[in-house]
Amino acid sequence: MQGNISYDDVVFSVADILKRSETSLPHDVINALRTAKANESSPVAREQLEAILKNIDIASRKNIPICQDTGILIFFVDIGREARLDFNLEEAIAEGVRLATEKIPLRPNAVDPISRNNSGNNIGDGIPDIKYDLTEGNGIKITVAPKGAGSENMSTLKMLNPTETGEIRRFVLETVLKAGGKPCPPIVVGVGIGGSFDKAARLAKLALLEDTGKMDELERSILDDINSLGIGPMGLGGDTTALAVHVKKAFCHTASLPVAVNIQCWANRHASVTLGDGE
Amino acid sequence: MEYHLKTPLQKEEILKLDIGDVIYLTGTILTARDEAHARILELTEKQEELPFDLEGAVIYHCGPLVQKKNEKWEVIAAGPTTSARMSKMTPLLLKNYNVSALIGKGGMDGVTDTLKGKCAYLAFTGGCAALAAENIKNVTNVHWPDLGMPEAVWELEVENFGPLVVGIDAKCNDLFSEIEEKAGKVVAGLR
Repeated sequence: MQGNISYDDVVFSVADILKRSETSLPHDVINALRTAKANESSPVAREQLEAILKNIDIASRKNIPICQDTGILIFFVDIGREARLDFNLEEAIAEGVRLATEKIPLRPNAVDPISRNNSGNNIGDGIPDIKYDLTEGNGIKITVAPKGAGSENMSTLKMLNPTETGEIRRFVLETVLKAGGKPCPPIVVGVGIGGSFDKAARLAKLALLEDTGKMDELERSILDDINSLGIGPMGLGGDTTALAVHVKKAFCHTASLPVAVNIQCWANRHASVTLGDGE
Repeated sequence: MEYHLKTPLQKEEILKLDIGDVIYLTGTILTARDEAHARILELTEKQEELPFDLEGAVIYHCGPLVQKKNEKWEVIAAGPTTSARMSKMTPLLLKNYNVSALIGKGGMDGVTDTLKGKCAYLAFTGGCAALAAENIKNVTNVHWPDLGMPEAVWELEVENFGPLVVGIDAKCNDLFSEIEEKAGKVVAGLR
């Protein structure tokens, strides 16, 4: 049976969304940075935000990566249950990564965890990281989120006691405090509550893909607490420590309360493409 | 205060800097991050010579994205990396070599005494790799390419490289710790 989506479609689309995500930021993120600069009272912080906005402008004008840490590449793939693929999807995504690494170019970041040998093309055992979900329709939606190490290294996960729901906010704040200027604030904070050890972490990462400007009451109140810390852009002080907080929840075991906090730098890079839908 | 400085930096220039000052730097800088630090210390312990001179040098915590065009290395993007990863290796580095400035992001842990009287820590805006590349004019050399592109030591010629904020001066003042201390008090006070 012939597929409705081709190997080449996937390869070139993956290279394309990689280029888009590495050289430009989603509008909601740029808007949040502009608003932060307009509202910032510290001159040092304003200068940092000015440099960030200037950097985004240069990258998009010259079509070069925003940050030299072009990240470890994380993919979220929604596969319509009627989509027909007559090739290995994982191989096609990896080929797109190889192509993008050479053409954009991207910094080769993928290394063996023990020997630290660099593969040179951002591909290795288990990398790129691909998470598949089944959806309706005959299309596939591919999202890439390049994740830099500076912010990823400051992320935390804790198995709280089930009676400690009141400690969740403090755990988030302590994570942000401990991170200080290291994860390149202003940050976006993804919080995963519930599920299991690994599910909480995945929820926290998915939360980073949410629209920066759209927050509910709980998320806004955690954001206000974070911004009251005064860590500021790059940890040099100021009103803007975070641009957004997003929380995602899942049911969990009655004896468990996993909480994951995934920190994202201001360069909240992600881009998506949909293939084959509607055919 | 705002200063436009040239490498090699003079001791008097380093000593007059205060935390919060802004600097634009012109001259030569050397990138070095985790693996390069480890190798420098390994060779130093074996009393072997380094292929580059650290006397009065400016070290940039950076793993650049570079590309070879017409047999010549070109910097595509080169913002700072998280300096804290080099915190533990920096005291031994500065004990053996008179490095005049460190450029990075996010601050460093427990190095104020190490930097005292000789070296300043300068913060470049994290993630601003395209902006940094605009002010890097030339790649003059690369050492230890076997460490891989991000970890090798790249000799870069820079012009008006900045804005660099003095994060830790040579007089034991640390802007990052001051801000983190205040933030810690806020967290402690929250419910």
